[in-house]
Amino acid sequence: MSWLSLIFGEKKSTASVAKERLQLIIAHERTCASGPEFLPELQKDLVAVISKYFPVNPDDIKVGLEKQGNYEVLEVNIVLPEGR
Amino acid sequence: MTTIITVTSGKGGVGKTTTSASIASGLALRGFKTAVIDFDVGLRNLDLIMGCERRVVYDFVNVIQGDANLHQALIKDKHCDNLFVLPASQTRDKDALTEEGVEKVLKELEHQGFDYVICDSPAGIEHGAVMALTFADQAIVVTNPEVSSVRDSDRILGIIQSKSRRAIEGREPVKEHLLVTRYSPKRAHEGEMLTYTDIQELLRIPLLGVIPESEAVLQASNQGIPAIHQKDTPVADAYQDAIGRFLGEQHPLRFVEYEKPGLIKRLFGGK
Repeated sequence: MSWLSLIFGEKKSTASVAKERLQLIIAHERTCASGPEFLPELQKDLVAVISKYFPVNPDDIKVGLEKQGNYEVLEVNIVLPEGR
Repeated sequence: MTTIITVTSGKGGVGKTTTSASIASGLALRGFKTAVIDFDVGLRNLDLIMGCERRVVYDFVNVIQGDANLHQALIKDKHCDNLFVLPASQTRDKDALTEEGVEKVLKELEHQGFDYVICDSPAGIEHGAVMALTFADQAIVVTNPEVSSVRDSDRILGIIQSKSRRAIEGREPVKEHLLVTRYSPKRAHEGEMLTYTDIQELLRIPLLGVIPESEAVLQASNQGIPAIHQKDTPVADAYQDAIGRFLGEQHPLRFVEYEKPGLIKRLFGGK
């Protein structure tokens, strides 16, 4: 940090860039690591419930957990069989 | 009661073996009966760092497979009476490190009255690294002030929290410690390097110590003498402080603040 940078405005230090990048990626990877614990179970249960009403392929149900800002979004995607 | 301490990091080259050697030596110097085990099957190096490479006859895998007993494989350290090294196997396949085998050796060490067993983990998150942390009571996570090292440390923390015996059996969790190594107060001060507080904020585990970047580490490994024996160097002092904190003592952090060289120092040089 020199007097020049004080006059002409500070460029962000590389260390703070590193910290911000790490904050994002670590938070993301932590949710990914904690998610799959119950997600496969949930997926299995959903398949079981939906199959009671119409035939559905287990692979056509996708469950995912995503973080958007302060919210966690549970995304459930069900592809219905054709001809219904 | 034997306390099992795993020294781990995820990333390679951050100072796991240097740390294992120094922490083990430091605990032994304080009178604890200590063993240090190299879990890096196929790439053993702890023997070189401890300076006992020419005395290796039997290794960890020999003991697991029953080709030698533990007593034959443990190498007594040159500098400390109550420190023993168990080298990794150099040639055999990695699967030779079975969970039952590792457990058997650790039980035997407990039976022989060891106070501490240090498990020097290999890099990565493969079998060897998982075996090194499976039986941990405490874990020292070695991290460099560098993005890839911090991220890998977070990954390895997740693995400790899911794959250790303590986690699986729902016992009290593995006690985690952060050890920042290769730290440069000057570069951190100038915004070129993550500070130790940044790293601690990111990983959210208690700080055990900060080991400064130093030429003394290479000098130590050249000679096969753990860095903690390099008297009056910041590295040795920082490791001593870390061991003290590990044992519950209070020590202020040293070698973390950058002192601007005065005019005279700047004119006439010097470190």
